[in-house]
Amino acid sequence: MKFSDFVAVDAIRSSVKARTKEGVIREMATALVEAGKIPAGDMESIVKAIMKREDLGSTGIGRGVAVPHTKHPSVSRLVGTVAVSREGIDFESLDGEPVQLFFLLVSPPDRPGDHLRALENISRQLRDDSFCATLKQAHAAADIQHLLEEADSHGLVS
Amino acid sequence: MSEQTVVRQVVVGMRQGLHARPADMLAREARKWQSRIELVAGSQRADGKSILEVLTLAAEAGTHVSIEATGPDADEAIDAIGGLFERNFDED
Repeated sequence: MKFSDFVAVDAIRSSVKARTKEGVIREMATALVEAGKIPAGDMESIVKAIMKREDLGSTGIGRGVAVPHTKHPSVSRLVGTVAVSREGIDFESLDGEPVQLFFLLVSPPDRPGDHLRALENISRQLRDDSFCATLKQAHAAADIQHLLEEADSHGLVS
Repeated sequence: MSEQTVVRQVVVGMRQGLHARPADMLAREARKWQSRIELVAGSQRADGKSILEVLTLAAEAGTHVSIEATGPDADEAIDAIGGLFERNFDED
C-alpha cells in the first residue's frame, strides 16, 4: 500500500497549533472533516475512539513518530492524514521522546488487512532516517505531499 | 557462552493481525533478553526488538511466523515470545 492510497492530501498539516495529545488528534480529525473525508457529525466520536485506543498504550512508536488510529463505521475505506509539529508533543511515546510527525488513520471495522498494510508502509518508509528527518522539517503541506509521492515512487514499498 | 539459535513456529491468532499494540508488546518483551530475536514471515525478516521492524511484516491473522532467538538466553526468550503468540497478545 502506498501513501497516496490513504493520505488525504487536502488534510495534510505542516504546522499544527496543538500542544497536547488530544489537541493534535482533534486538529487532524478536523482537517479530515474539512477535506470531506469524515462526516462532521462523527468527528467527536472518532476523536473519542482514538483517545480510547491511546489509553491502551501510546501509538508513539519511537523516532518522534506517532500513528494514532481507530476503526470507525463512518468510513467505507481507510482514510488518513499527516501532520508535523514544530515543537514536538508529549505523546507518552515508547521511547519517551516528544513526537513531531503524526500519521492518523481511520479504518472501516471490517478491513484489518488495510490497516496493517498502511502501518507496514509507514514503518518501512520511516526506517529511512533522511526521509523521517526531511518530513519533520517540511514547511508546507505541499512539501509533505511531494515527499510522500517520492517515497511512493522510489521507496521499497511492496 | 553458547550462541545457539532456537527456532519456534507460531501463527498469528489475533483477528486484527500483528498490529501496533501487539508489535509494541513483542518488542518490549524481546528487549528484555540478551539474545538477538528475529521474526520471519514469508520472505520478510524483522528485528524483534524494533516495533518499526515488526510492523513491516504486516502479518495478518493466520500468518505463519518463525521466531528465531540467538544467544545465551535463547530458550527463555523464545518461551516468553512464543507465549505472547499463544495467548494472542491478550486480545480477541
